[in-house]
Amino acid sequence: MSARTIQGQKNLQDIRQASKDGIGGSPLRPDGNLKVKGEFAYSSDMWHEDMLWGMALRSPHPRANILSVDISEALKVPGVYAVLTHDDIPGTKYYGLEIQDQPALAIDKVRYHGEAIALVAADHPETARRAVKKIKVEYEVLTPITTEEQCLDPETHGYVHEPHEYKSHGSGNICHSQKLVSGLGVTDEVRAMADVIVKGSYEVGMQDQAFLGPESGLAVPSEDGGVDLYIATQWLHVDRQQMAPVLALPEEKVRLTLAGVGGAFGGREDLSMQIHACLLALHTGKPVKIVYARDESFFGHVHRHPATMTYEHGATRDGKLVFADCRIVLDGGAYASASPAVVGNAASLGHGPYVIPNVRMEAIALYSNNPSCGAMRGFGAVQACFGYESQMDKLAVELGMDPVELRQLNAMAEGDFMPTGQQIDSPAPVAELLQRVKDMPLPPPLDLEHLDVRTLPGALSNTSHGEGIVRGIGYSVGIKNVGFSEGFDDYSTARVRLEVIGGEPVAMVHTAMAEVGQGGVTVHAQIARTELGVEQVTIHPANTEVGSAGSTSASRQTYMTGGAVKLAAEAVRQALIEKGRRRYGWQHRDITLVGGKVVSEGAGVLVPMVDLLGDEAIDLTREHHHRPTVPFDKETGQGFGHVQYTFCANRAVVDVDVELGLVKVVELTAAQDVGKALNPLSVVGQIQGGCTQALGLAVMEEIVVKDGKVRNASFTDYLIPTILDTPPIPVDVLERPDPNAPYGLRGVGEAPTVSATPSIVAAIRNATGLALNRVPVRPEHLTGTL
Amino acid sequence: MRVTFTANGKPVEADDVWEGESLLYVLRERVGLPGSKNACEQGECGSCTVYLDDTPVCSCLVAAGQVQDREVRTVEGLADENGELGLVQQAFVDAGAVQCGFCTPGLLVQTDALLERDPQPSDTDIREALSGNLCRCTGYEKIMDAVRLASARTCERAASE
Repeated sequence: MSARTIQGQKNLQDIRQASKDGIGGSPLRPDGNLKVKGEFAYSSDMWHEDMLWGMALRSPHPRANILSVDISEALKVPGVYAVLTHDDIPGTKYYGLEIQDQPALAIDKVRYHGEAIALVAADHPETARRAVKKIKVEYEVLTPITTEEQCLDPETHGYVHEPHEYKSHGSGNICHSQKLVSGLGVTDEVRAMADVIVKGSYEVGMQDQAFLGPESGLAVPSEDGGVDLYIATQWLHVDRQQMAPVLALPEEKVRLTLAGVGGAFGGREDLSMQIHACLLALHTGKPVKIVYARDESFFGHVHRHPATMTYEHGATRDGKLVFADCRIVLDGGAYASASPAVVGNAASLGHGPYVIPNVRMEAIALYSNNPSCGAMRGFGAVQACFGYESQMDKLAVELGMDPVELRQLNAMAEGDFMPTGQQIDSPAPVAELLQRVKDMPLPPPLDLEHLDVRTLPGALSNTSHGEGIVRGIGYSVGIKNVGFSEGFDDYSTARVRLEVIGGEPVAMVHTAMAEVGQGGVTVHAQIARTELGVEQVTIHPANTEVGSAGSTSASRQTYMTGGAVKLAAEAVRQALIEKGRRRYGWQHRDITLVGGKVVSEGAGVLVPMVDLLGDEAIDLTREHHHRPTVPFDKETGQGFGHVQYTFCANRAVVDVDVELGLVKVVELTAAQDVGKALNPLSVVGQIQGGCTQALGLAVMEEIVVKDGKVRNASFTDYLIPTILDTPPIPVDVLERPDPNAPYGLRGVGEAPTVSATPSIVAAIRNATGLALNRVPVRPEHLTGTL
Repeated sequence: MRVTFTANGKPVEADDVWEGESLLYVLRERVGLPGSKNACEQGECGSCTVYLDDTPVCSCLVAAGQVQDREVRTVEGLADENGELGLVQQAFVDAGAVQCGFCTPGLLVQTDALLERDPQPSDTDIREALSGNLCRCTGYEKIMDAVRLASARTCERAASE
């Protein structure tokens, strides 16, 4: 190596150190200052002169025929500008993410408690509320179809959607089903190969995303007859795709701009008030704002599917799994939403991160008159994980084995095959993740001498001073797919512009990615810095002027839109270097951009970027497509269905007040392989947040539905974890790169939400010796008073 | 009705206020201070927390008429006149305690009030003080970090003064 080369590399080292805010660093959020100053404009903060307030009338019945709707009294309320029903919809009346089965406003019947029937626009929210109350609806109330038994017997109990209305490929009250058979399936011969068989039935309650920023937005009619909508959503383009036909507008006249999003977790994947606000704005010619109150939010978005599951596992005496037989029934509620994809996940991931030679699986989603269910963080993998991990603990007891060792003995690894026939072709350190959580130091034991009642079950309620409290420890591990599966071309678009501003090279990143809090905007800037060797990056507001970024869901945005930003930035870099080659005749093959300069590893700095760019801006757009997948075979479940897999393991330590049935999670440890942590601070934040939602499902959160009616649509009655309910969450981040993914990264957001719930329930079982086959675990399950 | 009060040190006046309006609504929709957030509007989540005469309250539970001639301080009043972040605000940004940020304004006011009365709270004190402020994104760990950081900086500043 020549002296000149060594000097060149030393120079580059100095320059490189300057860009610590590239990938692998933890620069602060670009929107952080605005958010702490109260100046970040969320969708509910939108304001327009002369704007009206929109509000919906919602059904008090889960199933009824609508005999008449009389809006005349509502129209007479002073300050009311419009009252609309489905008769006023100019275009198609139905929409939906996968199946267009949901009316934008109810037509002749309602299928769930809270279904929107009519809309009001008025000069004040209270005026709108009063007008809504004056709409007279005559119902013929019908008995709701709510149980699996009722759903599967439509001859007796009726149809949620009449057979001739079916817009799905399902039948009866089944929205979607997926079977899977691998190895020999599960037959008597296969059962005979197992020394030990454990069976279990498990239930998961209906969880809510409970994002804090309510559904809201502002629709502004435009002079060209179109509409501009400022909206909190997860996917601008798919919103528009569903909205335009209902509004009878071409897509280019429906322009969406992302407003500030107060959390999402899957609950903004479906439309809520988008069509309603636009209908009112187009009808009145005035800007219309809709902001849901919290109770309306519980009715206005889909929830996590409640599930009933049966599992049977067989193993040899030494603990090797022989077979798994599983049936997962998901209640999809009144409309399809994302149910088909949730079923696909449940069926293909429902055996867990284990090598099982023989599997038989069936997953179905029902249509019912319960609230609609669709996407929520973990998407079909959460319910199953509670089932198969409960089974692993049961099997460990049966075999007299350590529950972690049993899991490790059967853990899948790179090179193994999923029951779908798909080979795991990137690291899958399942056994190691379990070992890591097991090896972490335990919290100090309960010290009755020096206790602080605030740290005990019951906490501030001062219900215990240590009596009746038992500690338990539990483990779990889970598997989740990343990105959209089953043959969906789940691409993302990014536009990157490089130009000189104020004497400095500045990159601008423009995508339609919905920043919902996850920190994608931070990561995009980091990628641009790394690929373009600049410090200054601006993030363009997300809107539909650029191509689709796909959904902020399925743990996919850093992989997909981050990947698109990388491609676009690389293209810009190439274009700039080509410009330099043309101008200066460089022959070096290793030219790159570092620290605001064009450099060669051999020759050092060639030219400052500002000199080469001059007045020209390089502005390029690229699409990022992940590797193709295929749909699962309907009967066998076979197929290369998923883009990437991700794994998280947990250890939970709990204290249980066995007399009062109260649980305090003392510590919840997580170990997760993230491939490459593009922003370690955000990665840890995602894992801790995901674990906490899993804690909520384990011991607190459930939408209680009785005879189709929601009983707890408020934060008074639907409890999410507070800071007192949430324990320290130590996180161990592994980085085993996936060669198929940009930078080797693995989607982060969902895996901990999948895996953490069963560890907490396992810890409660460990403390109490109870079976606990249902989440959330409630006090009455622990005290035997149910 | 007309309501006049002081918001972040400045006199404000809201006209045509309907009697049922909350302080939160008046702040957000009538006087241009949307920083306080509307997550539940029934006093459960703490996102709308503001100081009312130096006491943190849920502004959604305060009727607009109750603030006549009183002093309100919102998240918008935590930064100094030049827009420089206050100590608690900076700690939340630095610690990664902000994700979607919808709970942040309420947590900032509540943390400010906590450190005002106890500059060195224990972890359990922090959890007790913030137990009325829901956050759905972070799992609270980074919020704990932020409050500890703000506490350390508060004590450093006091020591150097």
